[in-house]
Amino acid sequence: MTETPTPLWEVFIRPRNGLSHKHVGSVHAADAELALQAARDVYTRRGEGTSIWVVPSAAITASDPDAAAEFFEPTADKIYRHPTFYEIPEEVGHM
Amino acid sequence: MTDQLFDALIELADDNLVLGHRLSEWCGHAPMLEEDLALANLALDLVGTARALYSLAAEVEGKGRTEDDLAYLRVEREYRNLLLVERPNGDFGHTILRQFYFAAFMEPFWSAAAAGSSDARIRAIAAKAAKEMAYHLRHSGEWVVRLGDGTDESHRRMVAAVDALHHYTDELFVASPAAEAMAGAGVLPRREAMRAEWDRLVGQVLAEAGLTAPDVPWPQIGGREGLHGEELGHMLAEMQYLQRAYPGATW
Repeated sequence: MTETPTPLWEVFIRPRNGLSHKHVGSVHAADAELALQAARDVYTRRGEGTSIWVVPSAAITASDPDAAAEFFEPTADKIYRHPTFYEIPEEVGHM
Repeated sequence: MTDQLFDALIELADDNLVLGHRLSEWCGHAPMLEEDLALANLALDLVGTARALYSLAAEVEGKGRTEDDLAYLRVEREYRNLLLVERPNGDFGHTILRQFYFAAFMEPFWSAAAAGSSDARIRAIAAKAAKEMAYHLRHSGEWVVRLGDGTDESHRRMVAAVDALHHYTDELFVASPAAEAMAGAGVLPRREAMRAEWDRLVGQVLAEAGLTAPDVPWPQIGGREGLHGEELGHMLAEMQYLQRAYPGATW
């Protein structure tokens, strides 16, 4: 007998109104509705959430760890991109 | 009136505790981790409702008994739960169908009690339980559809579950004298009044699942009079063991 593996879903939970959804983990489920329920049962048992997203793990395109050097290292010496790099003139006050 | 309120509360509490304990037997044994947690969550909802009902019953009785005394120190003939809820877990299909049949009754029942009970304490318990039962109904209903309309094997198992459990469902609508008195006094909803909604919910889900409810010439009833299957005794023996062996033990 062959068994198809149950699809994997990534779970995102919004902790409170106004905050954004955060990745919390993954669940196995046959379809989206059961994935939502599994996420509810696994990840919101202690009142963690007010909203859940589930996304098929297969739908996520991830960056290649082997390409990390070309993806991320070029930003390392561009410290002028950080707002803290600039001196704000006194007259501006608080931004 | 007080005796009848006590009896009616015990019936509801016993339904919740026995089914909650049955579900807890899955803990660590469910087909997948996600469902293991889901079943434990459902169990905790039911045990929580049972605790609230036993506490209220103990208060109504006024003889100094506690929720623990009522749960752990009554023998099976004193238990007044429905036969449906004491049925052994069987396979996952049996368990989820049993849950669906129960939730399709309790969700409308607690909703009606939350809206219309003359007793504020019961309205409070019912309002919380109604929300929990709405989720039990959703979760179990979705599973019944997927298993009934799934593979050949899952369909075959669901047909077997319907055949095994459907003749326990008429008892949901049977009112004991205590339940009848409480319905007359406006304290609890009339059980028979849930029939139309239960038929609608169950009919819809079974149809979607490709399952057929069998004719039931001989409904299985008797739980409200303390006449149980032998399985309840085994369950209580395990559930009550610690309090029987070490009376008053706490941790």
